[in-house]
Amino acid sequence: METKTLTKKQEKKQTTMRISGAEAVIHCLLAEGVDLVYGYPGGAIMPIYDELYKFQDKLHHVLTRHEQGATHAAQGYARVSGKVGVAMATSGPGATNLVTGIADAQIDSTPMVCITGQVASHLLGSDAFQETDIVGISTPVTKWNHQITKASEIPEVIAKAFYIARSGRPGPVLIDITKNAQFEEFDFSYEKCTGIRSYNAKPEIDKSSVQQAAELINSAKKPFIVWGQGIILGQAEEELKQLIEKAGIPAASTILGLSALDSDHELNTGMVGMHGNYGPNVLTNECDVLIALGMRFDDRVTGDLNTYAKQAKVVHFEIDPAEIDKNVKTDVAVLGDVKESLQELMPLINSNKHEAWHEEFKKRYAVEFDKVIKNDIHPEKEGLTMGEVINQVNRASKHEAVIVTDVGQHQMITCRYAKFNKTKSNITSGGLGTMGFALPAAIGAKMGDPDREVVAVIGDGGYQMTIQELGTIFQTGAAVKIVVLNNDFLGMVRQWQQLFFDRRYASTEMVNPDFVKIAEGYHIKAKRVSKREDLEAAVQEMMASKEAYFLEVKVEKEDNVFPMIPTGSSVADIRLS
Amino acid sequence: MEEKQSYTISIYSENNIGLLNRISGIFLKRHINIESLNVSGSEIENVSRFVIVVNTTESWARRVVGQIEKQIEVIKAYYHTDDETIFQETALFKIKSDLLFDQRQIQNIIKESHSEIVTVSRDFFVIAKTGRRPEIEALYDELRPYGIMQFTRSGRISVSKERMDISTMLKEFQLIN
Ligand SMILES: Cc1ncc(C[n+]2csc(CCOP(=O)(O)OP(=O)(O)O)c2C)c(N)n1
Repeated sequence: METKTLTKKQEKKQTTMRISGAEAVIHCLLAEGVDLVYGYPGGAIMPIYDELYKFQDKLHHVLTRHEQGATHAAQGYARVSGKVGVAMATSGPGATNLVTGIADAQIDSTPMVCITGQVASHLLGSDAFQETDIVGISTPVTKWNHQITKASEIPEVIAKAFYIARSGRPGPVLIDITKNAQFEEFDFSYEKCTGIRSYNAKPEIDKSSVQQAAELINSAKKPFIVWGQGIILGQAEEELKQLIEKAGIPAASTILGLSALDSDHELNTGMVGMHGNYGPNVLTNECDVLIALGMRFDDRVTGDLNTYAKQAKVVHFEIDPAEIDKNVKTDVAVLGDVKESLQELMPLINSNKHEAWHEEFKKRYAVEFDKVIKNDIHPEKEGLTMGEVINQVNRASKHEAVIVTDVGQHQMITCRYAKFNKTKSNITSGGLGTMGFALPAAIGAKMGDPDREVVAVIGDGGYQMTIQELGTIFQTGAAVKIVVLNNDFLGMVRQWQQLFFDRRYASTEMVNPDFVKIAEGYHIKAKRVSKREDLEAAVQEMMASKEAYFLEVKVEKEDNVFPMIPTGSSVADIRLS
Repeated sequence: MEEKQSYTISIYSENNIGLLNRISGIFLKRHINIESLNVSGSEIENVSRFVIVVNTTESWARRVVGQIEKQIEVIKAYYHTDDETIFQETALFKIKSDLLFDQRQIQNIIKESHSEIVTVSRDFFVIAKTGRRPEIEALYDELRPYGIMQFTRSGRISVSKERMDISTMLKEFQLIN
């Protein structure tokens, strides 16, 4: 490899052993602290699986039922544990099946290392059986990728892979290893990577920018904080809380930032974005200083950029230089690790209270409660709503559970109403919106923190995209709680058809199987609820279960999620109905 | 609307096989056509230099450079307007040898255009011309009536007027770590 890297000798005396490339892969993973990998075997990765067999007491392999499931499980694991998730697959179709999960991890900045087997190097480029250019295919969706054709490259490349995946703005890395490199023997030794000269993981904080940020924040009359997943990835939850409390600043989260601050914190005003809360969306266009912490102004957050926060001075705390001024022009950019930046900022911040301004958020909340929330979580109509299910989950979980969602209406409703009192608790596919994410991600989440309750909330559509992972749940005994909110529709698409396509429900109605029987077929306890009076007890029973549990809730078929910022509209024009 | 103009993007990178693919993908995603591309060594051992010419707006040039710099193997990337760089292209013209003797005018063209004859064989001769695009195009137009057997023009190569202090950056890396 050409790239200059820095390495750290291991504490222990550096010994070399003559082993195969495949065995070296296992030693590298162990040296990186990996004890769990997700994957699916096949021809080109069999030497590595053979070593996994030998090392099974040290390195546990979870066989998912599809390679996509392996990536989402690795993502769920990574996001709950803060560690790097690892997924493995064979060449060809095994490798291409990883791509959706890799793209998801890239856009949601999830640290993940994928290892794929590849045909022997003498066959590369010959259209050999199960040869596919996975390095080429995965290039646009990986933070870094590399093909190994010689065993001797394995330690350095894997060390680099883990360093890149977890450092800076985290992301997925793919390592493709030819079969001959897995068989080949070489003198193995391992050194962890601690730096790469062409890659600056953590820009140095410029003190003057912190000073300028403090001045803007101190002079603000109507400051507003929007934080993102950067707070969680940068472990800056405590710093966020201190800042908003000291400066008395109302704050809201992006979808991926949820759970970084207690949902019931007085200054937590909810979620921004397309289906976020009324107050934080509308008041984005009334604040005088907008403080963005570890977020990237995604279009689902900003709506129309030409009318987004134009009146405000914008302060952006961000680790990735490419995000500065990408979508929203900032007045002050504080580049660097958000935890360290906030620590530098704190002493410069004056204690303050912005009560009148905070009152504006409360007023908007009252409007939203009256027009939307009340009907969502305490409905008076007959049909069950998704919101009331989440409300029951909150009551049963006491806000302590990890909530994993798929993509669609149920996701938006859950992110709106689920309550969190611990960080790393909201696991969802934000940037890519990958249906099929939740079930495997929930498996990974449970394994990432086995002591925590994990509840997956999934739509009837997305559930069937990775429903085969029930097999993984059964085989591993992962005690995840699965709630399918069944509206017999691809609900979110149907909602758009209703609102923007004159109710032409093209291919969104679903004729569904008996989900309870399917779960039971996998020996998972299962129940179906379709009446309000049965809901609370069913949710309680599910939460009390020591094992995996499946609960199908038949909800109203044609409910819509509001508020909503129609695509291309201003955050100020958010619709309440 | 922001105006488009020609930007020269200079990239210093580690020598890596997959990097060209990564970089071209960044332009592809944004539908920015690469007008010219040149990859070579640089003033630093084992460090490659890309010179890419695109026609785009300043804000896109800045964002694209941000995305390029984000690639692990890229050490540093810059963008410059034409005024901020010294740049050249080189073209080769292959022409039938008899013309050189039968058509006196060709010899004048070669002389006046400050191009040089690289080789002469029994059947053909080759003219090389280094300069800016319009000069090369002017020579092309002059030679065309006589018949050009082959023509090719290189991508732009360019150096910036401003310092691009990669060596110091690389040394600092060694010192800090
Ligand atoms: C893999 C994939 N395909 C298509 C979509 C487009 N899409 C977004 S939401 C949605 C409907 C989801 O329906 P369902 O899972 O039943 O959830 P609901 O919206 O009803 O809660 C679709 C098809 C997507 N996000 N992901």
